[in-house]
Amino acid sequence: MNGWSALDRFLQTDPRDVGCAEATEMLHIYAELIAAGGPAEQRYPGIAAHLRACGPCGEDFDGLLAAIRGEQH
Amino acid sequence: MVPVDSGVGESPAAAARFDPQSSEWLQALGCAGPAREAALERLHDLLVRIARGEVARRGPRLGITGPELEDLAYQAAADALLAITGKLSQFRGESRFTTWAYKFVILEVSAKIGRHFWRHPAVPWDAEDWDQLPARFGFDPAHQAEWRELLAALRRAVDEELTARQRQVFVAIVLNGVPLDALTVELASNRNALYKTLFDARRKLRAVLAANGYIGDDASRGS
Repeated sequence: MNGWSALDRFLQTDPRDVGCAEATEMLHIYAELIAAGGPAEQRYPGIAAHLRACGPCGEDFDGLLAAIRGEQH
Repeated sequence: MVPVDSGVGESPAAAARFDPQSSEWLQALGCAGPAREAALERLHDLLVRIARGEVARRGPRLGITGPELEDLAYQAAADALLAITGKLSQFRGESRFTTWAYKFVILEVSAKIGRHFWRHPAVPWDAEDWDQLPARFGFDPAHQAEWRELLAALRRAVDEELTARQRQVFVAIVLNGVPLDALTVELASNRNALYKTLFDARRKLRAVLAANGYIGDDASRGS
């Protein structure tokens, strides 16, 4: 990724983005739905938008998903 | 930003159906005596396992290793256990109990890593070395002629269009690379508030740069 696209991506904001508080509140539900192969992004587009844009919440999501999947195996 | 999607179709309370394992956890943790103690111990062990997995997953990128990483995992598990037992009545069965519990320990790991950042910060959070800006976005110094004007416009917009708080957060996170969770500690704020501050700043900066023809103006509509 070059500087232009990195800057462009950084400046992009999705109006559906629900923010950290709402995403965190629903994270366990969203992660479980993803782990089960359910339509999480379609059902919760605002959370999906947030997790794409927010590094820390995305990291929490990845961790929670890894925990769930680790338990499944 | 908007409130969370309401397309679930039914209220969380109506959707609540505790699965057998979650019911077992709730029953054991809600009673008194040895059964509760055993459940607490079992939950603690589970949380330690998840915390250790999570710090191991994140550790290599953070430069934290060995006993420090292990301490962090145990502290996160202990604090998560306290939080979970204090909020048992808030569990509504929208996921398995263990998934809900894991969320607490993952969040504790994040918070502790945020605080850990300040043990060895690379630069002061409020330093203003604007020469860092091109590198932050990966602009190639060899092609400076192509991006110099854009970044000058960005800096001008930061100075002239952002509020003092937006500017402060932009400088800390973008210029100085301070992680959001670490900045919440320094500014006695929370992740949601600082994210919202930066979200508004990003939107404002894009609008200014687009209005002046430096970038396209179509990206803020969502994908």
